[in-house]
Amino acid sequence: MKLITYNFLTSKCIRGVKVGYPLKLNVVEKKVEQQNFNPEFVQRMLPRLEWSAIKSAADIVGCAEIPENMNVETSLHDTDFLQKLHHLLLEIEIVNGSLICPETGRVFPITNGIPNMLLNEDEV
Amino acid sequence: MAGIKKYLLLFAQDFVEFRYPEIESLIKLFKINVEVPKPTPIERPYWILENVEESEVRQIASRSVSLKFVAEIWSSGTSYDEFHGNVKKLMPLIDKKYKNESFKFMVETYNKHIKLKQRIEKIETMNYLDSVLGTIDLKNPDNTFVYFEYYGIDDLNVPVHPEHIYFGRYIADGQRDLFNKISLKTRKFIGNTSMDPQLSILMANQGLCSQNDLMFDPFCGTGSMLIAGALFGSYVIGMDIDYLTLHAKTKPSRALQKVRAADESIRANMEQYNLQNLYLDVFVGDFANYPLKGNLKFDSIICDPPYGVREGLLKVEKKEGRKFTAMTEDAVHYPSLSDYKMTNLFHDLLNFSVKHLKIDGRLVCWFPIPDKFYDDTIFPQHSALKLISTSRQQLIGDTSRILLTYEKIAETGELVKNDALENVDFRMKYFTQYDKERKETRHKNHQKNLEEAEKRGIKLMNKTEWKKYVNKKRQAEAMDKDS
Ligand SMILES: C[S@@+](CC[C@H](N)C(=O)[O-])C[C@H]1O[C@@H](n2cnc3c(N)ncnc32)[C@H](O)[C@@H]1O
Repeated sequence: MKLITYNFLTSKCIRGVKVGYPLKLNVVEKKVEQQNFNPEFVQRMLPRLEWSAIKSAADIVGCAEIPENMNVETSLHDTDFLQKLHHLLLEIEIVNGSLICPETGRVFPITNGIPNMLLNEDEV
Repeated sequence: MAGIKKYLLLFAQDFVEFRYPEIESLIKLFKINVEVPKPTPIERPYWILENVEESEVRQIASRSVSLKFVAEIWSSGTSYDEFHGNVKKLMPLIDKKYKNESFKFMVETYNKHIKLKQRIEKIETMNYLDSVLGTIDLKNPDNTFVYFEYYGIDDLNVPVHPEHIYFGRYIADGQRDLFNKISLKTRKFIGNTSMDPQLSILMANQGLCSQNDLMFDPFCGTGSMLIAGALFGSYVIGMDIDYLTLHAKTKPSRALQKVRAADESIRANMEQYNLQNLYLDVFVGDFANYPLKGNLKFDSIICDPPYGVREGLLKVEKKEGRKFTAMTEDAVHYPSLSDYKMTNLFHDLLNFSVKHLKIDGRLVCWFPIPDKFYDDTIFPQHSALKLISTSRQQLIGDTSRILLTYEKIAETGELVKNDALENVDFRMKYFTQYDKERKETRHKNHQKNLEEAEKRGIKLMNKTEWKKYVNKKRQAEAMDKDS
């Protein structure tokens, strides 16, 4: 699982959960896979990012260079920043680990890079 | 050539109903300002486009899988005499530069097969062009000239002489080579739900998939749609309810293959086609309860929703009585799956698209229907989605599927009540020749899932353990709320 996808996932689908976001990220195994840097795509993703989630994920995977706050307007043309964000969002792969619902503690496992967000009968 | 330019688009004769929507989509995608002709009958294998630029027809050709090739028309006629007369009239107007450039001829006929010898004879009838054309180069010509004879579409009644003859300059081929590139025969990971390459590319064209877009397939299975979207530069994400499919652990669908290779996966497919840079992720999830944040917007949603025998309509069953079939400590879990009524599924899909598409974004999906229930009021509709096109494909067993293309036109709206559609679910109950089979498949899958869980060393909880677990969780929830 890439962190761009992490940024899109919630546990709001669990019955009773109000926000379910951001999920807590628990990393057991990760790897880095080089991807072509495409500034235009990162630019287009900027408004779709929830910065608090991105920042805490960056801390967890040890990506120190991600700032506390992000302003979409000024970040759009900061190539250096876009490059770092590209690395964070698209090159870091969570191979094994889990996502944890912030409200209920429900654990969603990530195995072989694939998160399992399926709920149990009593949760829907 | 001086004057108004005209282009001849010659199409392949498969999936004729998909041709018009495809070209219309591409014209929208490239913002080309041209009236798309709607020739009748729809089987007519060629169209003529007027008032477009060469660069624009090249754009169409760069994406179309319906198109064989496009040529700039220089001259035409409805009899040999008229045709050659017109070409000769044109000769003084032909640009002098062609005299200094090499060329070759390409002969095409429709509805009449001709042998090589006859092709050469046809080319020889144009010998008088020597005075305005340069030297022949069959391998690497600067220009290719097209000679096209059209013998109508009635293959039981082929006329002796062509109905129409065209002469012009070849511009570009369509993208029919792409089918080979992503052929299922050579694709690393496939399943029995993998989509035909031609149709999957058509769907990506209907979806206006383009560079740097974000495309989503909520029923991605083996990921055929993800491949098609990425071919056109979209970044792709997929979801599927079936853990085993996403982990490529289902039974192989190739006749001679007994076990899946260790490296089979959706990602491996993307690497096979050098599209790994556009592959974001796939995740296991239930469309009826999807785990995506509410404000997420996709540029396109392209999918083949579940139906029929091959894979039942499934969703995680809501069990108020807290019965359970499998629950594990680490929550790797195979919930029991229940039937998902077709109407509900499509209503969910339309609502989902209104919520998660950008304005102008497109939903492209197949809609299955037994032929006896088919009529053109049956399609699900939403006031925030404009139904752009419907193309029907006849399947075996008296069923069809219709490729529906919707475009989001408003941020909010509501489902349009559709009695015809709602009747289908009811009437489908009488169409139950598949039902038993489907139940069995479901049961088998479920057993397999349980076995798989056990094999992976996961202990299944018994009823008491489960109750304890639920209670603990409830307590934790209550504490969370208090704090
Ligand atoms: C017609 S297949 C699509 C196949 C896919 N286009 C491919 O390339 O393999 C439908 C898929 O929907 C999945 N499915 C069924 N019910 C679902 C649900 N409630 N949520 C998500 N996926 C579901 C099935 O597992 C199946 O893979």
